[in-house]
Amino acid sequence: MTTTDSSTTARIPRGKRRLGDVVFANGARGSGVLILAILAGVAAFLIGQSYDSLSANTANFFTTSEWAANVREEPAFGVAALAFGTILAAAIALLVATPVAIGIALFIVYYAPRRLAAVLGYVVDLLAAIPSVVYGLWGIGWLVGQLGPFYLLLERYLGWIPLFAGPVSTTGRTMLTVGLVLAVMILPIITAMTRDVFQQVPQAHREAALALGATRWEMIRMAVLPFGRPGIIGGAMLGLGRALGETMAVAMILSPSLVVSWALLQSGNQTIAAHIALQYPEATGYGVSALIAAGLVLFAITLVVNMVARFVVARRKEFS
Amino acid sequence: MATTTDPTSTGAAGGAHLRNAGLFGGTLPRWVPPALLVVLAGAVAGVLLAAGAFNAPLLAVLTTVAYAVAITVASAIVENRRRATDRLVTAVVYTCFALAMVPLVSLLWTVLVNGLQRLDGYFLSVSMNGVTPSMDAGGVYHAIVGTISITGFAALISIPIGLMTAIYLVEYGRGRLKQAITFFVDVMTGIPSIVAGLFVVALWMLLFGPGNTNGAAGAISLSVLMIPVVVRSCEEMLRLVPNELREASYALGVPKWLTIVKVVLPTAIAGITTGVMLALARVIGETAPLILTAGSSAVAINWNLFDGQMMSLPVFIYSQVRMGGAINYERAWAAALTLILVVMLLFLLARLVSRFFAPKLGR
Repeated sequence: MTTTDSSTTARIPRGKRRLGDVVFANGARGSGVLILAILAGVAAFLIGQSYDSLSANTANFFTTSEWAANVREEPAFGVAALAFGTILAAAIALLVATPVAIGIALFIVYYAPRRLAAVLGYVVDLLAAIPSVVYGLWGIGWLVGQLGPFYLLLERYLGWIPLFAGPVSTTGRTMLTVGLVLAVMILPIITAMTRDVFQQVPQAHREAALALGATRWEMIRMAVLPFGRPGIIGGAMLGLGRALGETMAVAMILSPSLVVSWALLQSGNQTIAAHIALQYPEATGYGVSALIAAGLVLFAITLVVNMVARFVVARRKEFS
Repeated sequence: MATTTDPTSTGAAGGAHLRNAGLFGGTLPRWVPPALLVVLAGAVAGVLLAAGAFNAPLLAVLTTVAYAVAITVASAIVENRRRATDRLVTAVVYTCFALAMVPLVSLLWTVLVNGLQRLDGYFLSVSMNGVTPSMDAGGVYHAIVGTISITGFAALISIPIGLMTAIYLVEYGRGRLKQAITFFVDVMTGIPSIVAGLFVVALWMLLFGPGNTNGAAGAISLSVLMIPVVVRSCEEMLRLVPNELREASYALGVPKWLTIVKVVLPTAIAGITTGVMLALARVIGETAPLILTAGSSAVAINWNLFDGQMMSLPVFIYSQVRMGGAINYERAWAAALTLILVVMLLFLLARLVSRFFAPKLGR
């Protein structure tokens, strides 16, 4: 046996390699490699096309907020305000959505009657499939009108916190509105992920807790949440990745300005993705190249967030 | 649920000393929580009406808070602290669920009500060619044409690549390359759509020079977003095919590639179709990459993917909102309703396919 070198690797007894097999196997591998090539291509083309404007840029790309890129020479632009706005909007969305998503996942898995739970799972999937531009339209056409009184209340009683400082924008097209719409958009993503992990909690753990006299909440706290924590974190990170890259809802709702501001109730701030969508049709000179440079920053941020998320989720798989 | 005492007996009979000993504690009768909720809602409504500040959201918020406090206090008195915490958490979890229903219901309701004002046969069958933004005319036919051709072309690119990659991952792949592909497909699902658009802009600038927008560019940017979704769903479905089927086929001397084509794929075809439809439903609403690649100002019907700007339903909604007039909003709502109907139709078809054409493996 040890004399044949294929004895260790052979899975299927092989005859001669048929032409069909060779073509098919290479076609399949080629598609896989093509995907890697596309991803590498995205990075390479973004770097290549942004090089022009970055090397001509007279301002510091990472610390400048202004965007004077639509010129033939000496552009001055930077992503400081844009990156700040992107992270701020995504952070609001994440803070609002994660606790609610955990609540919904708990409801679906442990509280709702079984038949209702199946319907709810379907509804969550549907919520995830509604196009972002429709969320944007809903935000600008309905939600901004409803939030006005609520914002006035926030300003009156919590106005001493810089986040809620007045005067409140009369249009409602502010960072907080954007954050809330983004929260609604990432809610189904986090819920779906969290729900999947909660369903995988070993029945023995849960029954052991209940048998010791734990109430339902104590069972959840002792058996479900520790087991599900990596899944919750992974789901939240995936939601964060989506919120960081979301374009349309922000572009349609926010009335933008390139400043770094913590005042969530006033109009201002802007995110990278929305800035690209709004500026691109009017870009001239170094404009397009500068926008691609901004896109490169966004790509890098989401790449890191997604890779961390996948790493956290993959680690859970090894343990369970 | 963990009690063995009769929940309705609160009298001093039988096991009273046991309950007093704290082993079981008292139990609130089952009718208390719903009754408490109704009573509190009535009370809050009464107070609000008396104060002249009645509105539905305020009523809901105040009732929820009042209920959470009341049930916790009641449970702490009658039962014990641990039960009280449990009751509070139950209230919070139900609130979370109700909270999530608010945006869903309001979104579907507003789109339906506003969209129906303008959605009719005329709106679906004419384009915006020669229509000034504020004119009471025009429709989405050109956008529907664009959406069909762009997503169709994107599907044409994505499905073979995605399916073949899934076949590689399940049937052939091993070692480093398989790990790398699995990982980067996951990473690719997280690419922001606008970055996919910028990628094609950069590619097109290199190939055809600046300022070249057409439907094919849009389709390629969509396929960057669609391929990883197709790979993931196809991979899952191929893994569900039992190994016995493959082994039976090999035992009959069928080559591997024919086994895949004739045995594995037909078994998984329902799941694959479902996955592809869900992927289509996802990219059909993509807006940002199409603004960059297919243009946002086309008004005429254009069936040619390789020549000139192409409108699509999501971009139509966006550009109408940007114009900002009342009639533009009406058009945007009607187009949004059309888009949601298309997405729901795809969803429904996917469910039907997976329900009726799924292989019967349990024989």
